[in-house]
Parts: sequence; structure tokens; C-alpha cells
Amino acid sequence: MATTADQFQGHVADHGHDHGHDHPGFFARWFMSTNHKDIGTMYLIFAIIAGIIGGAFSGMMRVELAEPGIQYLDMFAKWFGAENPDFTTTLHTWNVLITAHGLIMVFFMVMPAIIGGFGNWFVPIMIGAPDMAFPRMNNISFWLTVAGFISLLCSAFVPGGTGLGAGTGWTVYAPLSTYGSPGPAVDFGIFALHLSGAGSIMGAINFITTIFNMRAPGMTLHKMPLFVWSVLVTAFLLLLSLPVLAAAITMLLTDRNFGTTFFDPAGGGDPVLYQHLFWFFGHPEVYIMILPGFGIISQIISTFSKKPVFGYLGMAYAMVAIGVVGFIVWAHHMYSTGLSVNTKMYFTAATMVIAVPTGVKIFSWIATMWGGSMEFKSPMIWAIGFIFLFTVGGVTGVVLANGGVDDNLHDTYYVVAHFHYVLSLGAVTALFAGFYYWFPKMSGKMHSEFLSYVHFAVFFVGVNMIFFPMHFLGMQGMPRRYPDYPEAFTYWNHIATIGYMVMAASLVVWFANIAYAFLAGRKAEDNYWGEGATTLEWTLTSPPPFHQFETLPVIEEAAHH
Amino acid sequence: MISGHIARSPRLLGKACIFSAAAFLAAPALAQEEGSYTPMTPTEGVGMPTPGGIGFQDQFSPLGEYALKIHNYALMPIITIITLFVLALLIWVVVRYNSRANPVASKTSHNTAIEVVWTILPVFILLGIAVPSIDLIAKQYKPAPKEALTIKVTGNQWFWTYGYPDNGEFEVISNMLNIPGQPVINNGVREVGSEAWDGPSHLEVDNRLVVPAGELIRLQITAADVIHSFAVPSLWFKLDAVPGRINEKVLFVEKPGVYYGQCSELCGAKHGYMPIALEALPREKYNQWVLTHPGAVIDGREEPAAAAPEGEGETVPADMPEDAATEAAV
Repeated sequence: MATTADQFQGHVADHGHDHGHDHPGFFARWFMSTNHKDIGTMYLIFAIIAGIIGGAFSGMMRVELAEPGIQYLDMFAKWFGAENPDFTTTLHTWNVLITAHGLIMVFFMVMPAIIGGFGNWFVPIMIGAPDMAFPRMNNISFWLTVAGFISLLCSAFVPGGTGLGAGTGWTVYAPLSTYGSPGPAVDFGIFALHLSGAGSIMGAINFITTIFNMRAPGMTLHKMPLFVWSVLVTAFLLLLSLPVLAAAITMLLTDRNFGTTFFDPAGGGDPVLYQHLFWFFGHPEVYIMILPGFGIISQIISTFSKKPVFGYLGMAYAMVAIGVVGFIVWAHHMYSTGLSVNTKMYFTAATMVIAVPTGVKIFSWIATMWGGSMEFKSPMIWAIGFIFLFTVGGVTGVVLANGGVDDNLHDTYYVVAHFHYVLSLGAVTALFAGFYYWFPKMSGKMHSEFLSYVHFAVFFVGVNMIFFPMHFLGMQGMPRRYPDYPEAFTYWNHIATIGYMVMAASLVVWFANIAYAFLAGRKAEDNYWGEGATTLEWTLTSPPPFHQFETLPVIEEAAHH
Repeated sequence: MISGHIARSPRLLGKACIFSAAAFLAAPALAQEEGSYTPMTPTEGVGMPTPGGIGFQDQFSPLGEYALKIHNYALMPIITIITLFVLALLIWVVVRYNSRANPVASKTSHNTAIEVVWTILPVFILLGIAVPSIDLIAKQYKPAPKEALTIKVTGNQWFWTYGYPDNGEFEVISNMLNIPGQPVINNGVREVGSEAWDGPSHLEVDNRLVVPAGELIRLQITAADVIHSFAVPSLWFKLDAVPGRINEKVLFVEKPGVYYGQCSELCGAKHGYMPIALEALPREKYNQWVLTHPGAVIDGREEPAAAAPEGEGETVPADMPEDAATEAAV
């Protein structure tokens, strides 16, 4: 993107030397922060911490699943503070693990990292704005997310029915979550969602306002980088879907504590109503997690192909289409609840429609590379890996879309495989791609490209070993959320557990890479990726000045994306 | 013939109620006269997962066969081709358009024709999938004929109960057999492997859901506490058991055998330990099984018990498999 960079860059460089006066002290800077970059950094650090905890939970699940029978759960139950757990309490711990893993990874790892972290860092910069529209609200968004996480962690140590912690699954289906789980654990879990949900709604308002009102002169909507488009669509999804979740879990709360019966048939309520409300939020939620990833991948593919994104408008409006259609397909999560025949047919057809804009994106990425002069720097390797893994996850989604076929796959490991291919291998791969793309920009230090390749190779092998066999397990009929299984499922479960260890090893390489960057990494130049990197963040220093664009950049008429 | 029944008398401990105790006392006399039942020994690889298996379980219902065909001959080839196509394109661009092979990048940023093609083409592929898929759903929802046998399935934390309203309203309580070397899951229930007919651990139960093979059955599914899900993979059958609702679906088992499934909706601590074992018997053997229960009525449809296997067993399913078979071929 051609800009009048020199004008403001010069100013900023000047400013960089004497900005000490507006550099607040440690407490003020990190706890009362109103700076979008500092808040973005805090979101990323928070997401890494939450990801380690959520990832550790999945490791505990995988060791338990390595063999049939119950081997380690008893020990885990004691870790959570259960004294002499009986077998039911031990098994309850399993449900706490799956619940916590899901909630942490969705609400406290992927969302904070991809929206709070990269969104905060780069949306203002990419549109040429000095900061977010509501910097103080940005601060409270972050701290509400932290408060939500603390509430969720607390829930693991208080009674939740048959044991300590909330064992309802991340979907918190009634009535298991109402009269099925007495004790404060589920209430803590609900508060966690309320708090982080409020934080996310405020974040969404902030992004929408920022993108609509704070674009630099000449930065029209149709010139915005696709990452900004992706965050804009995501923010609308958050704004429209989270209040529905908030309503649903508030009804859970009153059912649990104040004698209402929204979801209790004994009082005229309906458990399936909860599922409709939850998935009206839950389906957009999966796009909330993946759309910013789409944006990151678009930036990276364009940068390292040294070409503008192919079919920019198609790419932008494909995301809008995915967002819109994402609101009218929710009941495909509920094919086995006893929907009417017409409902099931409608949701089958509507769900398959989503494959069309998604296909447009996949093909446009490939067309962006087509004719390009590709350089396989670390972010590009991750981005190409993303395209393949997301395709695998996408096509199994087409299988699951068929209501009649889904009768045999619903709530089996096939579904687990599907959504981990699009999230654990899709969104997380996009996160790592974005991390390597922007880490030197954010930190000012170059990471090791070699370690990034090792990280990618080991991660790629590991995650495929974990999740590809789960397709087989699911088709063979292994249900989700089981701590134990018949002998016949042993082989592929064992492979998956080995895959987990491989994946975990790749994370060690990642941390080593971060340590290397801070200890020995060379200083990052302003535009360390070279000619293909044309968005506004590459016109700034690495790291950018505390306040950028005090003189707004002007985007020229002829600018391309 | 009585031995089988005695061996499988209802449990007196645990969740067994006074009614069951009464049944125990009353049953032998009746069984001696009319009923008899020895549980069927399951066939390895039929109605259960196979070690290291990578595909669906073999199907034993017409709709299961139809759905499997849709998956194996439409969905699976299409998704495999698409994935390989994307992979091939990726490999091609990596080889052909890397900076060494192509030092100067083109400036192409759009091409309306190709964008229209890759939008429209997937629409047609999806339409091709939607036709059989919607047809499958329509068939799955075809209600059972009025005279079909009704069986009521109730999910409980953490066992299933099976009610037979057409056969004298007796109820069977079905608990998973305990697993040797593991803490007791169900008090008073024996360990798996202690009888010759026991199937795989984690899947075998003390009292199976016994149904007649080769006829349409109306399953009515509900739950007593939280949501459960009644699933049998080899019959392509899964329907949630929701408290306050009765979900209904047709079951048709083509041939006698034991078909296993597991609860498929998270229902609390022992969610993993409430399997489903469905035993399909020829009509007359089914009737014999029914008669082992006190107050059993063979014929809710007012036909002599002896005539039931022939009369019902043939007329009812006759339209079903044929219908499904012909349309599956389309």
C-alpha cells in the first residue's frame, strides 16, 4: 500500500526519542493501560498463559485416553483437591477437564489472542489510527477477560454436583447444568462467561467504532487490509451473538438459583430451548474464532507472494457472507435432538451454503500465490499449512452438514476431529502464522527462522497424528467426552496420545524461539519482510513508537491493497 | 430352557425396585410354561467397533445402508478429490511460483470469469450432495405404521430402561456390566466375561434391549433426569433422550444379532458407562423372550401369538426394505 509514509514516519522517529514524558510508570502502564499496543501485548501474554493451562488439560485427557480403563483420573481428582475421591468423583474430574479445556481454549486463548491481541495491535495501525476509539473501554475489556478467567479457575475447586468443578461440557447444556449440577461450580463458570462476554462485547463496540470512524484520510472501506475487514465482521458477530449467550446463561443462573424453569420441563420449560439459544451464539462463535485467522492468512499470503490479494472484494464479501449465513445454521449442532423433518432439511441445505464463500477464500489464496514470486519465510510456511489443514477441516464439515449422515457422527470423535482441524489446526495455525509475521514488529527482535521451521514441522506432524485418527474413531462410533472406551478403540487413541507428545515438543521449540529472540535476536528493521509487505505497520519502526500516527498518514488514490 | 432365564433374573440390589423382586418370584412359573430365553452370543465385528477400524461399522438397517452409500460413494470421494485438488494446487504454486522459479511477481489482482466459476461450481457440487441427503432425511422421518411394535426407551443417570407397552407394559432395566480390575460401576451387577454370551467390555449390559428383527419398530425415547442420547452406530441410529419430550423414530433391524451403542450426550459422571446393547431376535424367539416376563402380553395387535412371526413379520417390513432399496439405487 503506497502511502505518504515519509512525512509521518519522520515525525514519529523524532518523537521516538523524547516520548519519555508520556511513558507512564510500570503500574500505570500495564494495569491502567489505555494504549492499544500495550493492551494487545497483555492479551497475547494472557492468551499464552491460558493456552498453557488449557493445553495441559488436554494433555491430561490424552494420557488418560492412551489406554482403555481409568489410570490417572484418580490422581487428577486429587490435584483439584478431592480427598479420597470415590469412583464417581474421579469420573466427574474427567468432565471438569473437558469443560475447562473447551472454555479456556475458546474464550481465554483463541479469542483473546486473535481479536484482543492481534486485533488490538494491528487494526488501529493498519487503518492509520493513533489508537482505538475508546481506549479506557479497551482496558476494561481486557481486565474483564482476566476476571472471567479467574472465575473459571475458581470453579474447579468448588463443588459441582458429583465432584469438584463444573462438569457440564463447554456447551453447559441444561438440565445437566441446572438441577444436574448442584453446588457453586457451575455458577462460577456462568460468571466467567458473563464477565468475558461483557469484555468481548465492549471490545466489539470498540473495534466497530474504530474501524468506521478512525480510518486515515483516503483509507476507504474498500482499501482496508483484509485483516481489518475480518476483525470488522468478527466484531459484528460478537455484538449480535454474545447478548444471546448472555441471556441464555442468565436464564441458567435463575433456573439454578431463583426457581425459574426456563429449561425445566417440570415447570413448563424446555431443555432444547437452551440448545437453540446456545447455538445461536455458538455457531457464529466458531466464525469469530476463525475469521480473524482468515484475515491474517490473507496478509501473509499477499506479502510473501509479493502480489496484492487476488479478488480483494470477493475475499472481503466472502467473509461478510460467512458472517451472515453463520447466523442461520445453528441447529446443525442439534440434529439428534428431535428436530422436525423440515427443520432438519433446512439446516442441512443452509449449512452446505457456507462451503461456497469458504471455497472462494481457499481458491483466492491459491490464486494470490499463482503468478507470485513466493518466499517461504516462517509466516508463509504456516500460512500454506493453514490452507491445507483448514481444507481438511472444511470438507469434513460438509459431511457433517448432512443431517441424515450426521445421525451416525453427531457427538462422536469425528466431530472432535472436524472442529479441531478448523480450530486447533486452523485458528491456532493462523495464530502462529500471525505470531511469526508480527512478533519482530511487536518486540523489535527477530526470531530464529530455523527454529520456526522446526516448530512448524514438528507441530504439523503432531497435530495430524492427534486429530486425523479421530476421524476413524468417530466413524467406528466412539462417542465424545468419554474417559474410557472398549478395547477396539485402543489403537488410534494410542496414536493420538503419541501425537500429543509430538505437538507438545513443538511448543518447547516455540518457547525456545521466543527466548532466543529476546536474548540473542537481532534488531528488527522497520520492514523486515521486504517489498511484499505494504500495509501501514511496515512504515513504522519495530517496535512502533508508543503513540503512532500523531500526524495521520494519507492513503493515495491509486493505492492497492 | 428355564436356565437362561434364571441366570438373568432381574437384580435384587442396586436400583432394582420392589416390582423387580416380585417379578423374580413370579417369573419362573410363567417361564416354565411359555417363555424361554438365552442371550445371544454376539458375532465378532458385527454391531461393534473393530480394533483399528477406519471406516463406519457395517450397517444392518436399510436406511443405514443407504446413508453409508451416500457417505462412501458421494461424500467421501468428493471431499477426497477436493482436498487432493487443493493440495495439488498448493504444491504446484510452491514449485512453479517460488521466487527462484519466478523472480518477478505478476500484478494480476482479479479475474471475474474464474471467480464466477469457483463460486458457481461448488454450488452444483453441493446441489448434487443435497439431493440424496435430503432424500435420506425424508426417509428417516417416515413414521412407523400404526400396527408397529412400540418400545419406550428412557435414559437415566446412568442406565437405560426399556418399556414394552405392547407386550404387557413390563420394563427392563439395563446396566453396564462391571469391568474386571476397575472400581465397581454398578453395584450388584456381575462382571463382563462371566457368561458365555458376553460381548465386549464397556458395551455389554446385564439386560439387553430385545427387539424383533425384520420388522418396523417405533422407538419412543425420553429421559428421566438429564439429556441422554440413544445411539447404535451399526443401525445408523441416534436420537436424544430429552426430559419432558418424547422423541420418536423408526427402527428396523434386518437380521438377528447383537448391536452395541453408547450414550451420546454428556449426562454427568458416568456418561461413559451406560452402553446400549440391542439384541434383535426372530419374531418367535422375541415372543418367547417376552413371555419370560410377568404379565407379558404377546399380542397387542390381537392376533394369535403363534401367527405373529409370519403374519406381521412379513407384511410390515415388506414395503420398507424394498422401498429403501429401490430409492437407494437412484
